[in-house]
Amino acid sequence: MAFQAPVDTYQGKIREVVVGKEGNQVAVGGETTLPFHFFEGEMPKKPIIAMEVYDVAPDNWSSVVLEPFKDVLNDPVAWAKKCQDEYGAEMISLRLISTDPNGENRDSAKAAETVKAVIEAVSIPICIYGSGNIEKDGELLKKVAEVAEGHKVILGPSQEDNYKQITAAAIGYKHNVSGLSPIDVNMAKQLNILMTQLGLDADHLVMDPSGAALGYGLEYVYSIMERLRLAALQQNDEMTQMPMFCDFGREVWKAKEAKTEDEPSWGDPEKRGILWEFMTAASMLIAGGDILVMRHPEAVKLTKKLIDELMG
Amino acid sequence: MALTGLDIYKKLPQKNCGECGVPTCLAFAMKLAMGKAQLDACPYVSEETKAELSEASAPPIRLVTIGVGDKALKIGEEAVLFRHEKTFYHQPGFAVLVDDGMSESEIGEKLAQLKSSQFERVGQFLRADLVAVKSSSNDSAKFVELVKKAMGTEFPLVLITDNSEMMKAALSVCAKTKPLIYAANEGNFEQMAALAKEENCPLAVAAKDLNILSELVEKVTAQGIKDIVLDPGSRNIKDSLRDATFIRRAALKKKFKPLGYPIITFPCEMYDDPYMEAVAAGVGIMKYAGIIVLSDLEAWKALPLYVLRQNIYTDPQKPMQVEEGIYPIGEPDEDSPVLLTTNFSLTYFTVSGEVEASKIPSWICIMDVEGLSVLTAWGAGKFVPESIGPFMKRCGITDKVKHRKLIIPGCVAQISGELEEELPDWKIEVGPREAGDIPAYLKSRSA
Repeated sequence: MAFQAPVDTYQGKIREVVVGKEGNQVAVGGETTLPFHFFEGEMPKKPIIAMEVYDVAPDNWSSVVLEPFKDVLNDPVAWAKKCQDEYGAEMISLRLISTDPNGENRDSAKAAETVKAVIEAVSIPICIYGSGNIEKDGELLKKVAEVAEGHKVILGPSQEDNYKQITAAAIGYKHNVSGLSPIDVNMAKQLNILMTQLGLDADHLVMDPSGAALGYGLEYVYSIMERLRLAALQQNDEMTQMPMFCDFGREVWKAKEAKTEDEPSWGDPEKRGILWEFMTAASMLIAGGDILVMRHPEAVKLTKKLIDELMG
Repeated sequence: MALTGLDIYKKLPQKNCGECGVPTCLAFAMKLAMGKAQLDACPYVSEETKAELSEASAPPIRLVTIGVGDKALKIGEEAVLFRHEKTFYHQPGFAVLVDDGMSESEIGEKLAQLKSSQFERVGQFLRADLVAVKSSSNDSAKFVELVKKAMGTEFPLVLITDNSEMMKAALSVCAKTKPLIYAANEGNFEQMAALAKEENCPLAVAAKDLNILSELVEKVTAQGIKDIVLDPGSRNIKDSLRDATFIRRAALKKKFKPLGYPIITFPCEMYDDPYMEAVAAGVGIMKYAGIIVLSDLEAWKALPLYVLRQNIYTDPQKPMQVEEGIYPIGEPDEDSPVLLTTNFSLTYFTVSGEVEASKIPSWICIMDVEGLSVLTAWGAGKFVPESIGPFMKRCGITDKVKHRKLIIPGCVAQISGELEEELPDWKIEVGPREAGDIPAYLKSRSA
């Protein structure tokens, strides 16, 4: 009995989403096969890495991940440039944490000024997330969309209860949207349907199936991503054919295994933290992630190397 | 080729008695054909038919056992390509590699890691499984010496040499412990298969591609070898992913017998960079490896790998649970807040993470609702005042705090009145709906 390579064929294709201003645009998606299955289809664009930048100095990052940014924590512009110029970020994930009504509650217009300064300072594409507060994000991202006009950013997180405002802002100023759903295939799909029904081009959408860290729900997100990708490719389900956006950096660095420094039986804390993020990144790639939002420069460097290995 | 469900049906008693747990013989036959049932479940089938059908009813990926006793490793018998389709059953074993060309101290260090890199996590004990003993010296005495030392760990062994004479020498001291013989290749398969048969040990078959591998497996099975582990020869992440995918698909979807065995993979030979080696092992966990050979088990590297294996091999049909009880976060005292939630592990991790982030030491009371999330448990009638009341009394929180204020999840605010009736000593406070709002809530509460 001779071996015959059991290759599969797929009917569906992942959409290509273009991010960034004219001249510096990056496309993600376009896969016609499962992640890195070059033996039966194409993966024309490699997954890219976005590095996190906060608009105010974070108060809860562990020292391992603060160290590489210690000179720029209070300056989002310098921070973003450092990610681009020194750490090889392919995208900036700017988080407007200051706007959280349960925190500083910074005014949307003021937060948008930071956005303007950052997008003018770097050439790589940008993704801008609000604090996650439903009401505030709706109002904030409208302002952000306006100041970022021409930069074709990704706005998010767009959720079940505020997608209308965010989608409208994205349509008005020609941006992309990241739809956040709670680890659920049907809700991810439903959100895509709702946003496209408002008139947003399906090629302007990415899916954020929720971020999870190794050891903290990773397997749920991993399987949801595999299911979404199979639905997109095998069943040609159009409303699951968006590239996937994996927002796990902040989850990783909350994990006690990543940030605890005084647990000798767990080994070197710096290496352990970096590997915690790198391992999470690897599983997101294997599950079909197209954009990875990460934190530690060393983990970013390793993940880029892994992507090169996998793309061959 | 394997028999179809109909072929099998013809040979069954056709009584439709249902004693096998499936209503009809035809349905049972279909399950057998898919490898999802065991013929032994039928009380009426004749021995003769059993023998005839054994091949058809054998699982598409054979279960292979390495080692003996408590520490024996069972791998294979997987039924799906994606964990959400059912579950992955047999966790891959991690092996640490020692070589007879290494110094005494290096060998001692690596063997010690088998014990030092063991962890307890969410009620499970995480550890490595095997010692891979390799000879690069080509000196039988040295190899045997190292095998003896590795046997001292009591972990099952993988014996690595291409030289059948050396293998024979090693087996003379450890065959009783059922080590994996690595490996039969194009040059030595007759001798290696003969050794495996004589000593009744599992045999790894190694080749540089899947065509040659399939042919070799057919040759050793013709020699009577049943317990086989496959090495498709790929030594980088991309090719390993391809080969593992082909092997799993060929076995499950094409019922291709020569590849219906578990896989051994060698991240230790793929990358010098320890991070890359670890992630190559990680990809092996996700995509179908049965044995993963690592160059060492330093704790910082071992812990993430064990946790990834735990995650990927969690049964997606069964929610993962944490144990019922009181969980202190920070160093809470008798005045610290008391929060209540369910024992779905993701709920616990999220809530405990947010409480920790608040930097306000607190007690979290975790109630056993069979691993359901708060809303699901409430909907299922398991997280309701009548059951929460007794739980709060039995969990012992009243000995830990002197106040009687209980914070319940915001999404079950509606139970607060009734819960106060169940727990007349307690004041019920409604916390936030989303875990992410816990830090702000606790801060404003303590202000």
